[in-house]
Amino acid sequence: MAAAPAGAERPVVIEARGVDKAFRIPEHRVDSLRERATHPFRRIAYREHRALRGVSFDIRQGEFFGIVGRNGSGKSTLLKILASIYRADAGRVRTAGRVAPFIELGVGFNPELTARENGVLNGVLMGLSLRQARRSLDAVMEFAELDDFFDLELKNYSSGMLVRFAFAVMVQADADIMLIDEVLAVGDAAFASKCMDVFHEKRRAGKTIVLVTHDMTTVQTLCHRAMLLHDGELRYIGEPEDAALRYYRLNFAHVEAQLPPVSAGEKVVDVNARVLRAALGGARGDVVDRGEPIVLDVALEAARDLARPTFNFHVRTEDGRAVFELMRKLEVTVAAGQCVELAGPVDNPLVPGRYTLDLYIREDADTGAMTVQGLRLLHFQVRGAAGSHGVVTVAADVEPVVRERPA
Amino acid sequence: MSDAPAPLRDVPGPSALGGGRRRALELLYLIAAIDFKKHYFGTVLGYVWSIARPLLLFGVLLAVFTQVFRLGSEVNHYPVLLLMNIVLFSFFQEATGVAVTSIAGQEGVVRKTQFPRLVIPLAVVLTSLFNLGLNLVVVFVFLLAFGVTPVWTWLLLPVLLLVLILITTAVAMIVSSLYPRFRDLAIIWTVLSTVLFYASPVLYPLEKVPGTLRDVLMLNPLASLLELARKWIIDPEAPGPAALAGGYAALLPALAIMIGACVVAVWVFRREAPRIAEAL
Repeated sequence: MAAAPAGAERPVVIEARGVDKAFRIPEHRVDSLRERATHPFRRIAYREHRALRGVSFDIRQGEFFGIVGRNGSGKSTLLKILASIYRADAGRVRTAGRVAPFIELGVGFNPELTARENGVLNGVLMGLSLRQARRSLDAVMEFAELDDFFDLELKNYSSGMLVRFAFAVMVQADADIMLIDEVLAVGDAAFASKCMDVFHEKRRAGKTIVLVTHDMTTVQTLCHRAMLLHDGELRYIGEPEDAALRYYRLNFAHVEAQLPPVSAGEKVVDVNARVLRAALGGARGDVVDRGEPIVLDVALEAARDLARPTFNFHVRTEDGRAVFELMRKLEVTVAAGQCVELAGPVDNPLVPGRYTLDLYIREDADTGAMTVQGLRLLHFQVRGAAGSHGVVTVAADVEPVVRERPA
Repeated sequence: MSDAPAPLRDVPGPSALGGGRRRALELLYLIAAIDFKKHYFGTVLGYVWSIARPLLLFGVLLAVFTQVFRLGSEVNHYPVLLLMNIVLFSFFQEATGVAVTSIAGQEGVVRKTQFPRLVIPLAVVLTSLFNLGLNLVVVFVFLLAFGVTPVWTWLLLPVLLLVLILITTAVAMIVSSLYPRFRDLAIIWTVLSTVLFYASPVLYPLEKVPGTLRDVLMLNPLASLLELARKWIIDPEAPGPAALAGGYAALLPALAIMIGACVVAVWVFRREAPRIAEAL
């Protein structure tokens, strides 16, 4: 992971102190009129769901900050409190500069209106002034490559055009602090990756970005720091790698709890391996020529004993689709502190483009418990003349031959 | 990247005007303009309909009350009075009726952006106001056509409208902010506003109502408003609200109810605004 922008001396732009939030969920819904008529004054019983309990943290200017946690851990609630959509029950939240929430694409779009009108409305919703929103419209349409469809009503847009337009509108809202919910990236993988590219760019431009997600590879690649929420409590704040590890632990503990107990007393722990080195052969370590083998050079350090671990490499395209996997199993136990090297050439059928290499380390304990750790090792590029369709090239023994048509 | 960020400020949480007055105004303008456009450009005859609706109602009621009940012949300029009353009351009824579900209907923006809540019911009132403006033009055309003499009190029309807008806005704020938590309100309000239609002097002038009942009806601020409109715009000879209630002091309860409604509106809206996103 890239080094965080020179840490502690940057000013704090988001400050949360003891944030509490509870939702009241009716236990018993009064649905029928008869029920209400027979018990007009009965108080409806509420169950208190404490979504956040005393959460405190600081986020500094220029940080790319991840908030991770399982479903229902309170991470989206926290984002909405930062965005001033929900009000905290207790505690104090302060922010510096303009904050824009990105919770859903195309909020408030109206199909009956033209792209121009929707663009202005959405810009203002995202916190621009009316004048700024109008001024940035041309840039929006240019970015979306929709100049010719400016005055077309949105209902006549194809779904692809709509997504492009919505995304362009979103990007224009150039706030100091961007609060991003991962549901934004739901949809096709190409779009998700385009989102990530833009966030990368914003990060380089020194914007502060807060991203809510449960995709640990995103956290590990993009974030400077991350925080883990569980049942509304802050469990960890610090290195993205550590946050991800703890997240995996919580997750698999949860799965375990639902399975019938395999053996008593066996605690689930994360795999806990650290990447010492991850590169590809060649001068730059992240560029491979088309057709040349990909030379893996990966070294991991086991932070605890690993019994017969499995190493599963995934090569993905830029938009997140898996191209191929490569699995290797070690039939011995790696002792804590020992190193595992995975090196050697791999066939390279990839067409020119950008790819990522992920590694999932799995340990199947004899007890039946299973732990997995996902690591994003690196991004790399396959160099060569572009112009091929598909993602792989294959060897083939096919030649066209001209013959007379059989009678 | 080296420039220092703005100073830390408290995140206020959602509220009636969250995000600043200027932003609220800009959003109000945008939302109302969009509503207006949808209203008038979405249908073939667009704004013809918005004038046709009260006129149609007017035609039916005029037939009933001049041909069947003979009430019309006892009141000066009854047809135009009826039309004006319908136009003024329709504004109240339409704006509050649409307002009930308005905040719930904008769920997307309420739950996903920082949106000043007050803008939504205000936009509804503003859109209805466009309508009212168009309809009033028709009313004045009829006034002249029916031979009502213009008088200087016509200039007081803005005062009447201001009071009407105030009452309408107050009710719109109350019903729109309570609806997310009490979904029965949509049905209740439909019934209630129909009751209010008959309880206000729209179809009949108040002097036709006997004693005690009249005192009860005079508690309705809209009653005084409509009677005042009648005196100022159509018939200077009409008794006017003070005479009908039996002295200016007797108007105080209605005034108190109106001020009370405004106070309650502000109080309820401020209380509900921060929680609306959660209740949806």
